[in-house]
Amino acid sequence: MSGNGWTLSHLDALESEAVHVFREVAGEFERPVILFSGGKDSIVMLHLALKAFAPATVPFSLLHVDTGHNFPEVLAYRDRVVAEHGLRLEVASVQEFIDDGRLRERPDGTRNPLQTLPLLDAIERHRFDAVFGGGRRDEEKARAKERVFSLRDEFGGWDPRRQRPELWQLYNGRHAPGEHVRVFPLSNFTELDVWQYIAREKIELPSIYYAHEREVFARAGMWLAPGEWGGPKEGERVERRLVRYRTVGDMSCTGAVDSDALTIEAVIAEIAASRLTERGATRADDKLSEAAMEDRKREGYF
Amino acid sequence: MTTTSLLRFATAGSVDDGKSTLVGRLLHDSKSVLADQLEAVAHASRNRGQEAPDLALLTDGLRAEREQGITIDVAYRYFATPRRRFILADTPGHVQYTRNMVTGASTAQLAIVLVDARNGVVEQTRRHAAVAALLRVPHLVLAVNKMDLAGYAEPAFAAIADEFTAYAASLGIPEVTAIPISALAGDNVVTPSAHMDWYGGPTVLEHLETVPVVTDPDAEDARFPVQYVIRPQTPAHRDYRGYAGQIASGTFRVGDRVTVLPSGRTSTVSAIDALGTGVDTAFAPQSVTLRLADDLDVSRGDLIAPAATAPVPTQDVAATVCHVADRPLRPGDRVLLKHTTRTVKAIVKDIPSRLTLGDLSHHPHPGELAANDIGRVTLRTAEPLALDPYHRSRRTGAFLLIDPADGTTLTAGMAGDAQAAFAPVAAVADDEGWDF
Repeated sequence: MSGNGWTLSHLDALESEAVHVFREVAGEFERPVILFSGGKDSIVMLHLALKAFAPATVPFSLLHVDTGHNFPEVLAYRDRVVAEHGLRLEVASVQEFIDDGRLRERPDGTRNPLQTLPLLDAIERHRFDAVFGGGRRDEEKARAKERVFSLRDEFGGWDPRRQRPELWQLYNGRHAPGEHVRVFPLSNFTELDVWQYIAREKIELPSIYYAHEREVFARAGMWLAPGEWGGPKEGERVERRLVRYRTVGDMSCTGAVDSDALTIEAVIAEIAASRLTERGATRADDKLSEAAMEDRKREGYF
Repeated sequence: MTTTSLLRFATAGSVDDGKSTLVGRLLHDSKSVLADQLEAVAHASRNRGQEAPDLALLTDGLRAEREQGITIDVAYRYFATPRRRFILADTPGHVQYTRNMVTGASTAQLAIVLVDARNGVVEQTRRHAAVAALLRVPHLVLAVNKMDLAGYAEPAFAAIADEFTAYAASLGIPEVTAIPISALAGDNVVTPSAHMDWYGGPTVLEHLETVPVVTDPDAEDARFPVQYVIRPQTPAHRDYRGYAGQIASGTFRVGDRVTVLPSGRTSTVSAIDALGTGVDTAFAPQSVTLRLADDLDVSRGDLIAPAATAPVPTQDVAATVCHVADRPLRPGDRVLLKHTTRTVKAIVKDIPSRLTLGDLSHHPHPGELAANDIGRVTLRTAEPLALDPYHRSRRTGAFLLIDPADGTTLTAGMAGDAQAAFAPVAAVADDEGWDF
């Protein structure tokens, strides 16, 4: 709370609102789950859930949709957090779907769009009725239209024209069998809010969010890291650079940015001065078309 | 780290008043639009054969919106200045205007109503002001746009501002801030206009940055809807029993004598946990956990309130509602009523009147409310509800009606005499075929 008595700072207001959303879901749903990728948004989401139910444990399990193209630092972080807080983790594996023929690798090698099917399969298999995502409305134009409680049909689909109006703080979580609700407690956070909140709460992040020397190669205007997912093609030259990540997703389409920000204060200063959005700077999959995100969301993606 | 406050506001305007341009201008001139977003807009504008980047494209996010050049649904935008963070509910002025504006206004602390300086106050303007009054949005701004097309002339602005202010006063809105702008040219949106020396007031952004958002929780009745009961049952917290929730209004202090509704049992607040920290006082809208001195049976849906000012639970609800679903609401309909954290069965007993927002006339017994209609409704609930009148609390006076069959949100409700502002207008006989 700020100095003048009865005002909440913007971070306190956002925190209070997100906690309210977690508790509403805990009160109204049978089988909620938190999508957890080890990225900063899902880490903040989990931190808020831990605060919402303290001193009890979080009454939800975690679900990681594993593309098989992970940053090793992020997987290690995921497993550490799960153990530390005594959480349950489910993993939906894109690789398994490819191995048994239910999914086919794309020619461009990116696996982000392939996450939808394993996600929907896990939701159906575990009968999850509320699925928390770390999506923020500031990320993308289609996400600006997203509700905090977003009803998905039995195919996981999002129809922006048929959304329920969201009035006051009265979230309507009613759904028919087979349908589920996606819930976005960070809806009103911006990228900068997330970083300021991480700083204030002293939340630990995977090390790749801070500047480090790494082998990278240039593709489509981004620095990509070679790894188990594949590496440079002919004509793409690997070099060592000082970089960091603004988002963490599938290695095949998440780019690093040049940076010497070693501390959270330096990261915040860098983001405040950046002239690029985080997706514009680092996500190849959103550059596929003007409506790439909307189209994926309609199919059941976050 | 600097601490900033948060302002939630909504914009309303009819189709060609330049609302998207105003929003685009606010985002652009406050440097909240980044290079890749601008490049995307420039690219899309070129593809359509437009020479200058169309700032309206910054906000039209859906495929259908870009194809048709219209805004379909409420969108939320974010921008910041060193003084304040802003959450903008960008509500389309189109066909479904009323429910969209009601949605945006329900959480807004301020509403901007946009008019075209050449057209002045039109029926749509009156609708927007009436919805802002109905939803009790605390601050109202009239933005008189397209001043560049009205010769930047003071008399044109003054006439519109006077007419609007008088109308707003008749709605019970005490104060309107009127600002002459050109969203297209950028006058008085973020930077003061060089063309309107006669205007001495703030720019739109300056006003957004400085309008007071502090309320005095000590002046409000304290209300705490119980969301969730926290019982760790671990060795370290064997006897912990906390009531988690977000304070809807007012303040709670350790030692307060409280009543739990609807049971009416009383106890004392023994501890307040503010997300990990024990505090002596907490206030709206903090999410906290209250603990009580006595071992009462308290569960989700109950309301904790000071014993002295607790509301009287009732099963008969009279309210003003805005119908938001495509299927109509009729007397006899069986619905669910969601109020704070409590959802109960209810039946629509009567629809005594429908309001015509254009002239604020009441049409008695319309027979039904269709999408976007505003009217009076009486309901009977299966269980007692601890409702406050909406004019006393936007949080504990608000409710939803939900279709029990498929979960559709049907109606936004405001309990009690929320229409006080409209009371002086006499009922008018209906001649539009609504009596059936």
